[in-house]
Amino acid sequence: MNPYRVYGKGRIDHRAPVSFTFDGKTYEGRRGDTVASALLANGVHLMGRSFKYHRPRGPVSAGSEEPNALIGTKRGTGRYEPNTRATVQEIYPGLKTNSQNTYPSLKFDLGAVNDAAYMLFSAGFYYKTFMWPKSFWDKVYEPFIREAAGLGRSPTERDPDHYASRYHHTDVLVVGTGPAGIAAALSAARTGLRVTLVDENAEAGGTLLSEPQAVIDGAPAWDWLEAQLAELKALGVRVMTRTTAIGYYHQNMVALCEKLTDHLDAPDPDMPRERMWRVRAGQVILAQGALEKPLVFDGNDRPGVMLAGAAQTYLHRYGVLVGKRAVVATSHDSAWYASFDLHDEGCEIAAIVDTRADLRADLVEAAAARGIEMHLNHSVSGTDGRLRVKSIRINRMRDGKAAFGRRIFCDCVLMSGGWTPSLHLFSHTMGKLAWNDDLTAFLPDVKTEACQIAGAGRGLWGIEAALNDGFAMGAAAAEALGKSGATPTLGVTHDRTGTGVTQIELPTDRSPSSARAFVDYQNDVTAKDLRLAVREGMRSIEHVKRYTTNGMATDQGKMSNINGLNIAADALGKPQPQVGLTTFRPPYTPTTFGAFAGYHKGGHFEVTRKTPIDGWAEKNGAVYEPVSLWRRAWYFPQNGEDMDQAVARECRATRESLGIFDASTLGKIEVVGPDAVEFMNRMYTNPWTKLAPGRARYGLLLGDDGFIRDDGVIGRMSQDRFHVTTTTGGAARVLNMMEDYLQTEWGDLQVWLTSTTEQWATIALNGPNARKLLEPLTEGLDLSDEAFPHMSVAECTIAGLPARLFRISFTGELGFEVNVPARHGRALWETLMDAGAQYDICPYGTETMHVLRAEKGYIIVGQDTDGTVTPYDAGIGWAVGKAKPDFVGKRGLARPDLVAPGRKQLVGLLTEDHSKLEEGAQIVRDPKEAVPMTMVGHVTSSYDSVAMGRPIALALLAGGHDLMGEIVHIPMPDRIIAAKVTGTVFYDPDNTRLKL
Amino acid sequence: MLLIHCPYCDETLPELEFAYAGQAHVVRAADPSSQTDEEWRDFLFIRDNVKGVHAERWQHVHGCGRFFNALRHTVSDKFLTTYKAGEPRPVLDDTERSA
Ligand SMILES: [Zn+2]
Repeated sequence: MNPYRVYGKGRIDHRAPVSFTFDGKTYEGRRGDTVASALLANGVHLMGRSFKYHRPRGPVSAGSEEPNALIGTKRGTGRYEPNTRATVQEIYPGLKTNSQNTYPSLKFDLGAVNDAAYMLFSAGFYYKTFMWPKSFWDKVYEPFIREAAGLGRSPTERDPDHYASRYHHTDVLVVGTGPAGIAAALSAARTGLRVTLVDENAEAGGTLLSEPQAVIDGAPAWDWLEAQLAELKALGVRVMTRTTAIGYYHQNMVALCEKLTDHLDAPDPDMPRERMWRVRAGQVILAQGALEKPLVFDGNDRPGVMLAGAAQTYLHRYGVLVGKRAVVATSHDSAWYASFDLHDEGCEIAAIVDTRADLRADLVEAAAARGIEMHLNHSVSGTDGRLRVKSIRINRMRDGKAAFGRRIFCDCVLMSGGWTPSLHLFSHTMGKLAWNDDLTAFLPDVKTEACQIAGAGRGLWGIEAALNDGFAMGAAAAEALGKSGATPTLGVTHDRTGTGVTQIELPTDRSPSSARAFVDYQNDVTAKDLRLAVREGMRSIEHVKRYTTNGMATDQGKMSNINGLNIAADALGKPQPQVGLTTFRPPYTPTTFGAFAGYHKGGHFEVTRKTPIDGWAEKNGAVYEPVSLWRRAWYFPQNGEDMDQAVARECRATRESLGIFDASTLGKIEVVGPDAVEFMNRMYTNPWTKLAPGRARYGLLLGDDGFIRDDGVIGRMSQDRFHVTTTTGGAARVLNMMEDYLQTEWGDLQVWLTSTTEQWATIALNGPNARKLLEPLTEGLDLSDEAFPHMSVAECTIAGLPARLFRISFTGELGFEVNVPARHGRALWETLMDAGAQYDICPYGTETMHVLRAEKGYIIVGQDTDGTVTPYDAGIGWAVGKAKPDFVGKRGLARPDLVAPGRKQLVGLLTEDHSKLEEGAQIVRDPKEAVPMTMVGHVTSSYDSVAMGRPIALALLAGGHDLMGEIVHIPMPDRIIAAKVTGTVFYDPDNTRLKL
Repeated sequence: MLLIHCPYCDETLPELEFAYAGQAHVVRAADPSSQTDEEWRDFLFIRDNVKGVHAERWQHVHGCGRFFNALRHTVSDKFLTTYKAGEPRPVLDDTERSA
């Protein structure tokens, strides 16, 4: 069934067949396979097309570092994921997968024309090739590039899965379950510490899973592994598989992404797909091992060319031979062992090609004993084969130059350019790296966090070295946490230590300029591109990276960065540390948006604040608008009204009789204390000393720069108590600003500030019948204009409820605002609605509130002001208490730029043709001026006004206060609108209606 | 995510509970009206851009609500110490300075 399966080998369940599809064709794998191992077992190497050149590609690795074998996976509607690494995705019955970046099919792809035209796509191509003619960019180049280049397609449906997030605290977090990680976890856990051990793979074991020949402490590797996992369990160690440490943040916080359902046959729909863990650890042990480097030669990307270590993993972990006749190309001893393992399971090794002239005698003997042909001191100058490698071309080296080449037929090439420590998480901490010339690798050096690095991650090769380093680092972590334990030393036989040399692109006898020797497979960057970048002036590796895009793909250069650095350093003639390594950033592997979002989506995306009256509005058909975190009733449509009709009716009803409005979202701050009045004097522009208890005043708050920050009506409840209101969005900001000045500037004042926004429900009643409604419901207060004039406040009883009653108006009509404890808000509202029926009481929303206030020229901070508007600009200089020695913003108002002429000032605008202006539209003085025209301001508010029988607008206009009666122009896409500059008060300028 | 010590609560708590509040020890003049335009400009807008130890204000906004000061290294992001508003800037020894 599986022609490339080695029965009895691997960690998979040979008796459990699993069917899945790839590009519509059904394949059979085994339980425990990844998509890549299952396809390879079926002899399929071709799994995708490359990003830029659409070259055929197959898996080059067996792990999460895979740059090539990116597929789409599908499990029903909405559950489509592009760019999944086939080397990581486990198969389950019914899994649907597809290749990407192919048209019309994987085997015959039209975009491969890019490959022939590759001269156009060389380094920096998007900076150069398509720059001319300019008009071609939008219509020709960009659509073509967008269509032809790219990775998988985004799903279009909503993701039906949900995602979880958790915090976790642990003494020691160990990342990686190879020999170093397991040993570290053991020695830390044996001291009694809480230990968490994580690995991105489905199974713990790391390298041990690919090297079953090793004998550890007298036990075969897999038996030893099983025994240690049992001990870890007994010690209470939390072992988490399918869990990737994606980022290492400050003070030992590590983010883990745990995959929970992507491997399951039929996951419980209530189960989260992934869980993001935020782990805070006392000590972190990085035991992430090392990644194998590809060799860089022409055609090193052909399907069938893969890392030797990957072939070894496919054999031992999945029981798969990646081919029947392999050529091994290497500069490191490790590939020799891979050759022997594959040979011993029936794969013909046509040749071992090593760039080195001198090899360890035991390796040469072992190869000779197996009858394997060896070509030492050889280079590789090419491969052939359209959709799968068919042959390799090798060249004897003479004086560092490649001599004439010869072909060897094969169906796979196993390469190894040596190993490089996995430094990603260490780099996230901004830890310093040190260059090691012997290993041609960067190693961790100066640490910034409480962490240890164990095993191959710090350049120690071999199981015994990793294991014993793990024990030592686990003990070091424990010691740092005040525990001490033993540091065992175990012996390992059949260990495979080795050395190698690092290569830049391999010498060739052909023209190097036509070689397609890939460094970054995913972004299609070749050695030639890197040299071109250096030739064109890029000096730092960061520039080379950005110019060529080397290491900028979704694999973040796990395979390409170090080869790229070695080639760039060679081109620059500088040692590697002087060229530098690019910075790795989280996440370690691509991570779903779902995992980051966690619970924060849909209704849980953000808190929705609702007033006590919200339920009534909902029941009565309110349309809502969000205002900061609040949802507020926007308007109340009746009988199929649209918004304009509803707002016109609400405006008319309020001005003619009575409107009712839920103003509970207004920010409220109780300012209390012996120095409350002095605090108010210093904080707000207005003078407060002479404001008697029982009276209220419009308060204006500036920043020390002199610009308007907030406003609101403020009532003096008693000598030492103010009821401050703020804008809905400004409540928290204003309280913080007050606290800041109180705590850090005015320690001399005895004042206490309390947010009371949510303690009060606030109902505004506006209209000529407002008093008539309230009077019979009010106890303990005379509401007549003489006894309780405009801008009064009092405590009283309304409808049997304790209330703070303001006589204020944001509409220009006779108005009251009733504050009652929040829990009574809904009851009071309903009482007022019932009692108001005789006056045709009309509930209105925020839109009507906006129209009514604009008719009176009352500003909305943040709409008619933008953080650069002074009280004088806004026409409310009367609110500034100039006689006060100081207040926040007083000195700012005297700044030269704030008193200079020509500032933008708030004015009214009436269009000549009675059309409604667009808010945000720009204003010009001369409509005939050539583009770009001189913009002198913009429209801030614009509404259809029922009261005025025409549209009205407010605008900020340069020098506007001196332009009354003049015509300005508002250019729109289809025409230019003329408007007359007016004052800001359109309706009842004498305020007669306030005094009813 | 950083851990920050609130000198008022005397607890070390996650960064999520705190809000940055600008450079520390920027004194608002007792009589701002006597300030020259240049002095007031400097007070409002001119700030240090330190590569190294920076004195800055934080507010324990989702805790006790108090503003306090901190010395933080702008390269490592690490907090070297925190202290109450009004206290002088602590003197660090050289090892702490380079942390
Ligand atoms: Zn605190």
